[in-house]
Amino acid sequence: MLEFLSRPWPWYVAGPLIGLMVPLLLLVGNRMFGISSNFRHACAAVLPSRAEFFRYDWRGAGGWNLAFALGVLIGGFIAGTLLTSPEPIAIAEATRADLSGLGVTDFSGMVPAELFSWSAILSFQGLVMLGAGGFLVGFGTAYAGGCTSGHGVAGLAAFELPSLIAVVGFFIGGLVSTYLLLPLIL
Amino acid sequence: MRPVSTTSSSPAAASNTPGYQSAPAGPGSLLVFLLLGTIFGVLLIKSEVVSWFRIQEMFRFQGIHMYGILGSAVAVAALSLFVIRRFSLRSFGGETIRVPRKELGRGYRYIFGGTTFGLGWALTGACPGPILALVGYGIGPFVFVLGAALLGTWTYGHLRPRLPH
Repeated sequence: MLEFLSRPWPWYVAGPLIGLMVPLLLLVGNRMFGISSNFRHACAAVLPSRAEFFRYDWRGAGGWNLAFALGVLIGGFIAGTLLTSPEPIAIAEATRADLSGLGVTDFSGMVPAELFSWSAILSFQGLVMLGAGGFLVGFGTAYAGGCTSGHGVAGLAAFELPSLIAVVGFFIGGLVSTYLLLPLIL
Repeated sequence: MRPVSTTSSSPAAASNTPGYQSAPAGPGSLLVFLLLGTIFGVLLIKSEVVSWFRIQEMFRFQGIHMYGILGSAVAVAALSLFVIRRFSLRSFGGETIRVPRKELGRGYRYIFGGTTFGLGWALTGACPGPILALVGYGIGPFVFVLGAALLGTWTYGHLRPRLPH
């Protein structure tokens, strides 16, 4: 059983299960699926601020979401200890060739080890990819009011025009980073 | 602290932040949310959507994997929402389920914010859920990414009055 679960889950199994998060959260507690609001709740809870954006009852509004986020962390830990797969990520040959062209050599892990290591943070490459990249994720999701979960899954499923616009934005930004920034950085 | 509601007149209040319409969650339901989050975390890892390699494959339009996941997730979620609305289902707590609408406004926040996030998504290979899942998975440097993301949200909170929405 554990061995079976340890294999990578095909998209047609994992995708629908991710989609089920939306009705489950609504049924359990009338909450709309989303993750990025937790950055806001965490800021409101921890960082003292005079900005109006962070002055609200984060426990009442975000307590459930922070519990959900803590669960995501625990889930990552469980998958990383009990359910690891020894196989490299089976990406397309074309992607592998493109990334090799950019100088990526280690395809064995979940993420490229040479780019996502502690020592990489001290390099220009790592600082831009991890530091600036993380900053843009936090800034952008707060600005857009959602991420891949809230806009990409829940918002699109509810036929929200704002979410469709946001997802178009995700791809504009992603393509700019992929084709213009990454070749400059790597 | 002032109470937050979706009818607040201030744009800086809780608009577009899900979860504001209900009473705070009690300890029992917090455990349920924790459990659901745990399942979601396992799903994020085992589906490989946390992988920088998969995100690159997606943005290069070279594989179906990510599109299959997002597409089937949206389809299942949309079908579920249709059923919930069609039969006016109630939550386990007895409340009528309400799906909050997002305000379009002029729409600037969605295109500018979405593009900003997309830039970071392709660099880190991780959206907010995967950042947390990867920290749990044991890829230490994602603690740094998480810190940077919190700084990003904090910065947005302070610049918000000056940004077009």
